[in-house]
Amino acid sequence: MIIDDLIEIAEKERASHKKTVIRCCMAAGCMSSNSEAVKGGLEKAVKDAGLGDQVEVRGVGCMRLCCEGPLVGVDPAGVLYENVTPEDAPSLVASTQGAETAVKRGDPGHAFFKKQHSIVLANSGQIDPERIESYVEAEGYRALHAVLREMTPKDVVDAVIKSGLRGRGGAGYPSGLKWATVAKTPAAQKYVVCNADEGDPGAFMDRSVLESDPHSVLEGMAIAGYAVGANQGFIYVRAEYPLAIKRLQVAIKQARQIGLLGSGIFESPFNFTVDLRIGAGAYVCGEETALMASIEGKRGTPRPRPPFPAESGLWSCPTLINNVETLANIAPIIRNGAEWFAGIGTAKSKGTKVFALAGKIANTGLIEVPMGTTLRQIVEEMGGGAPGGAKIKAVQTGGPSGGCIPAQELDSPVDYESLTRLGSIMGSGGMIVMDESTKMPEVARYFMEFCMDESCGKCIPCRAGTVQMHRLLDKIVKREATPGDLAKLEDLCDMVAKTSLCGLGQNAPNPVVSTLRFFRNEYVELLRPEINGGPAAPAGPARSNNEEAK
Amino acid sequence: MKTVSNRSEKKGSVARVMQHASGDKRFKILEAHIKKFQGRQDALIEVLHKAQELFGFLEDDLLLFVAYRLKLPASRVYGVATFYHFFKLKPQGVHTCVVCLGTACYVRGADRVLAAVESEAKIRAGETTADKQLSLLTARCIGACGIAPAVVYDGVPTPRQTPELAVAHVKGWIHP
Repeated sequence: MIIDDLIEIAEKERASHKKTVIRCCMAAGCMSSNSEAVKGGLEKAVKDAGLGDQVEVRGVGCMRLCCEGPLVGVDPAGVLYENVTPEDAPSLVASTQGAETAVKRGDPGHAFFKKQHSIVLANSGQIDPERIESYVEAEGYRALHAVLREMTPKDVVDAVIKSGLRGRGGAGYPSGLKWATVAKTPAAQKYVVCNADEGDPGAFMDRSVLESDPHSVLEGMAIAGYAVGANQGFIYVRAEYPLAIKRLQVAIKQARQIGLLGSGIFESPFNFTVDLRIGAGAYVCGEETALMASIEGKRGTPRPRPPFPAESGLWSCPTLINNVETLANIAPIIRNGAEWFAGIGTAKSKGTKVFALAGKIANTGLIEVPMGTTLRQIVEEMGGGAPGGAKIKAVQTGGPSGGCIPAQELDSPVDYESLTRLGSIMGSGGMIVMDESTKMPEVARYFMEFCMDESCGKCIPCRAGTVQMHRLLDKIVKREATPGDLAKLEDLCDMVAKTSLCGLGQNAPNPVVSTLRFFRNEYVELLRPEINGGPAAPAGPARSNNEEAK
Repeated sequence: MKTVSNRSEKKGSVARVMQHASGDKRFKILEAHIKKFQGRQDALIEVLHKAQELFGFLEDDLLLFVAYRLKLPASRVYGVATFYHFFKLKPQGVHTCVVCLGTACYVRGADRVLAAVESEAKIRAGETTADKQLSLLTARCIGACGIAPAVVYDGVPTPRQTPELAVAHVKGWIHP
């Protein structure tokens, strides 16, 4: 494989396109709304209408507005159809020839689409994720070629540093620094690991990227491998994502077949192979040291850091671990230059971030916005607010490790620092909108139950602390707790956060702390006075009036 | 558990087959899968995935077989099998109903969907009905938040479920 072969593939693919392209969403969200049958129906309708030489039907990745699926787009007309059924297919195909159709049309001019800035999701909903030719046509693997033929590993690391890219998995550690550490650690064997163990409930960005554009992750991994001196990559993906696993398997096979993975890539001395590792349902495996233990076939328990994986990771070799979205940003950075990327976003948070909008919001789905976009723009303009005119109460970010941001803080920009200041975290990108009907102590109990179940049991603060915090929260929700219990809960939150071994335990109190900070009255209302002459409840009756309303 | 090596094959041949004493063909398939990983111990989780896919659940005898073939202590295999939620150590029902309890599904009422199925099937989440027809499970998040609340019936994710829809779906399975 040389660059001419790559260009030839792209040109052949371009020449094969018909005048009209009907794109049908084949990501997990739409597929569970029967989009596979819709695609079949469209193909049959095209054949029946004798339009085979003018119209092509392409299965594509996520088209973002998941709540209105199955989604179908028609190019070059730029029309989007929502809630398409297989029965709609003949009328939809006829519409490409100028006929009227009654199928519900979406509004591509809506803020939900207009305010998006696509880097990671640029190919999502456009290319066929199961054909490498489709990715190559969209400039795919050009960055890998440029890196192997024109740049030294140091150039690549410098470019990533200069771009200002920070880890998209949650903590926001500067990716370039991580790459530099692995690159300068001398070792005969190094590894690149893609963390696709997207365990936060309410987050499905990584799943969508893997299902819609798997090659962008493979290309990012190969570039990372060249930069740090690794020849083997692993993708650790959740077993809960069967479609993403299938698409990755197909992508790896195709890349290997045409020599974009394997030995002597682009006739350079660089070798790189990628293997899949399927998780088995353990949230803690999103933590990097636990993830590595799981790749080694062990129980996924974390270990103390240092040594950091960059120095001693998989089988004690230096290991670069990046999240899916981080790796998907790499090829665009190389293609367009570090300055281009650094020009997007805020002073300290560069580029874009993909969020999964869900919960009590009109438009659920995937959005990619520049860092620094305000929560209000995301939730109200793009998301369309809570359905049925309900009032938004809070936005939950960062999953069980994050917090609830109250409605009065909606004008805060979304970047790493701002979210931390509000007691939440960027996390992987789940954004769940809650309206007035959501009770914060119940939300806190829900997340604590999650952490309690998912605690691996290795360190005591997390193992025992989450159980006790859950017990106290349960007591509060059931109106059996006293002010003393609330004080105990706050003490425990502090202790567990400070003494736990890994991020799971350290962040487990976050949902409690953040809801206490902004919605303390909801907790206090549920308390009953201290028995045995203890201090009385500070405010409100022990039983509030909204008992009936519940 | 006994394993008998079939010596009729040529020495060093890749096709050398170890047979499980039961003669169950599925062990042969599992064996081939272990070979694919060159018997590497770090492939334990992959091998357990395959074993569960073949047998439906991981009974002790099967875990011992895996331990023997990967030359791992049985305790290590058991430890891994019990650590991960995905591995089932008890037989599952003919049908499965997985209610997603991710945050998006939760704020849209997945707890009520689960409660409705629990009371209809008279089992709790994580249990299987006495006639082995239905296993009721919960998931942390299946990533289908855009169509919450989602329930997976026999592997098919189904969008926007209500207690009524869910009960209607499982009714035929529990009262055949």
